[in-house]
Amino acid sequence: MDNTTSQPTADQDHSAGHSHHESLVKGDLSFHDITEMVSRHTEKKTPLAWYVAFGLASSMAGLLLLSLAYQVWNGVGVWGNNQPVAWGWPIVNFVFWVGIGHAGTLISAILFLFRQKWRTSINRAAEAMTLFAVMCALIFPTFHVGRVWVIYWTLPIPNQMEMWPQFKSPLLWDVFAVSSYFIVSLVFWYVGLIPDLATIRDRSTTWLRKKVTGFFALGWTGANRHWRNYEKAYLLLAGLATPLVLSVHSVVSFDFAVSVIPGWHTTIFPPYFVAGAIFSGFAMVVTLMVVARKIYGLENVITMDVLEKMNIIILVTGTIVGFAYITEFFMAWYSQVEYEQYAFINRAFGPYAWAYWIMMTCNLISPQLFWFKKLRRSIPVMFALSIVVNIGMWFERFVITITSLHRDFLPSSWGYFEPTFIDVTTFIGSFGLFFTLFLLFLRFVPMVAMAEVKGVMPEADPHYYDEGDGRAAGTSVPFIQPAQEDPGRNEAGETRGGR
Amino acid sequence: MLDELTRELKATMGIYESDEEQVYGLLAEFSDPGALLHAAEAVRENGYSHFDTHSPFPIHGMDRAMGLGNSKVGFFSFGGAVTGLAVGYLLQWWTSAVDYPINISGKPFFAIEPSVPIMFELTILFGALGAVAGMLALNGLPRPYNPLFYSERFERVTDDAFFLHIAASDAKFDETDTANLLRKAGALNVELVQDDGSAETAPASSL
Repeated sequence: MDNTTSQPTADQDHSAGHSHHESLVKGDLSFHDITEMVSRHTEKKTPLAWYVAFGLASSMAGLLLLSLAYQVWNGVGVWGNNQPVAWGWPIVNFVFWVGIGHAGTLISAILFLFRQKWRTSINRAAEAMTLFAVMCALIFPTFHVGRVWVIYWTLPIPNQMEMWPQFKSPLLWDVFAVSSYFIVSLVFWYVGLIPDLATIRDRSTTWLRKKVTGFFALGWTGANRHWRNYEKAYLLLAGLATPLVLSVHSVVSFDFAVSVIPGWHTTIFPPYFVAGAIFSGFAMVVTLMVVARKIYGLENVITMDVLEKMNIIILVTGTIVGFAYITEFFMAWYSQVEYEQYAFINRAFGPYAWAYWIMMTCNLISPQLFWFKKLRRSIPVMFALSIVVNIGMWFERFVITITSLHRDFLPSSWGYFEPTFIDVTTFIGSFGLFFTLFLLFLRFVPMVAMAEVKGVMPEADPHYYDEGDGRAAGTSVPFIQPAQEDPGRNEAGETRGGR
Repeated sequence: MLDELTRELKATMGIYESDEEQVYGLLAEFSDPGALLHAAEAVRENGYSHFDTHSPFPIHGMDRAMGLGNSKVGFFSFGGAVTGLAVGYLLQWWTSAVDYPINISGKPFFAIEPSVPIMFELTILFGALGAVAGMLALNGLPRPYNPLFYSERFERVTDDAFFLHIAASDAKFDETDTANLLRKAGALNVELVQDDGSAETAPASSL
């Protein structure tokens, strides 16, 4: 039951999830405390540490720019891609980054549909992470086509060849899936931001800040007539983003599964890719949030309970992924296809066995530590494990892409793939871009969805005030009190939220 | 007639006309979501329709208290989704079977099966954009100018304050009576909002 000792007559519909022993916001914070806690980071003087981090991250992003410029000038040959491994690191990195992005949508959309109210503390940052990860992801196929200046040929725009894109190709499905995903994620993120941008607008003290935030806040006044449509639109976006996010990584997996290469041509790919994407994305959210909540003092909002729940999801999805690895072996054996069987034996015991066992250790074995409550509530453990998981997930994409290609049907064409220096700098540089964008987000955008966090606090429930405060309980009779003579602001603040 | 309709349509978006003396309405502050909910009920029971509550977060039960029906955003989203599906279908059919058919191993120029992923993605994309466009249209946003912004107290509406605004365009609006009603409903403060921002905001006791 949701009824707690402090609100015995609370309407059960509204108090669902507000059970006393696990309140979502700790530290007895008021609404104003939440505003203050989150907004001040966008308003205060930029700390030196931020400049240091930003300098480091943007230098790495500069490395990306240099690597890409070098690649455009010289051609795709500067990467390790060659025959038989024509898809090298660029595709590995693309799948890696798209996968990371999926956690943001999962948190913002799927957990919203399942009424998991703890998501409110992390959804803003996770959605931002999604956007930045998808940007990093899009760089790789864009440059991998070789002639980046005609990348618009992938879109149905009339071009000088007077030809249309090949709509029967999974690669084109990918263009549509990932770009739709990016647009919908951006819109979802922005819609969620509108009330918080209005908060920043109303708090701003300088003219420019008021104009800029006012422009993006669209004139939001928190009107109930607006909230009504807003909440419906938010629900619809969540409902639409859910099948979208599941379809995006399914379509990414079609890039592999629709081909006839042994090790790729399997029906297990879509669900297995989606589980892997959630797994790696949650790990990235844990990595970022563990640091951000400490630096920005948000421990009372992004609580240990929230982190624990994320770790449980990492455990579950990691186990699903591990189960899929083993199922693939079973399918290869059961298919009785010689090439398929060889592809998997070669994965585990061939020249890339090292990569395979790194993947297995990081993705299947390491998350099992989260069975222990003590470990999944330990900051150092979860931070280390979240990084291990992302190393493992990068290796998963490496194993899938490289080992299937390097030995195909004809032994005379076998080869061994090795990345080049430019491969490495491009990949490192993509992390630079990711962290640059994330640091800008932390500095200029409210990193926690303030309106949503306030909305899940027990004080937000109108029936919270029914009892013990002299107010009418459980009836529609309005409580009548005489207007105060000259109520000051502070007085208004004190009557609020008192138990 | 048409003017009347436009006025009512705008009122559903929370955009009201001020009267001849540039009075936009009365803005009352309440202490908490519970008090605001009861006040909204009282205002509605007294026959007002051009009023709105303002709060930092949506308040459960407020739609019913204000007597608002279901949001119409769903229709916009559905329209968008159907458009997206049709665009996805027609785009792939027209480009590959009509404008530039290419014969590959005698396969059909257009088939539904390989066209599903793009049709699906465009359905979602247009449905999502329709939801947002519908939300903005029904809310009358963006709205850079709003007389309520003249109120200094109102700046806390996005932080921790709860307001009820009754527009001067309401047929029942009367400066004194409406203010009395708001005070009886438990308002901490009632102020008059002018459309030209000229008047000093008056405290509750002087009205």
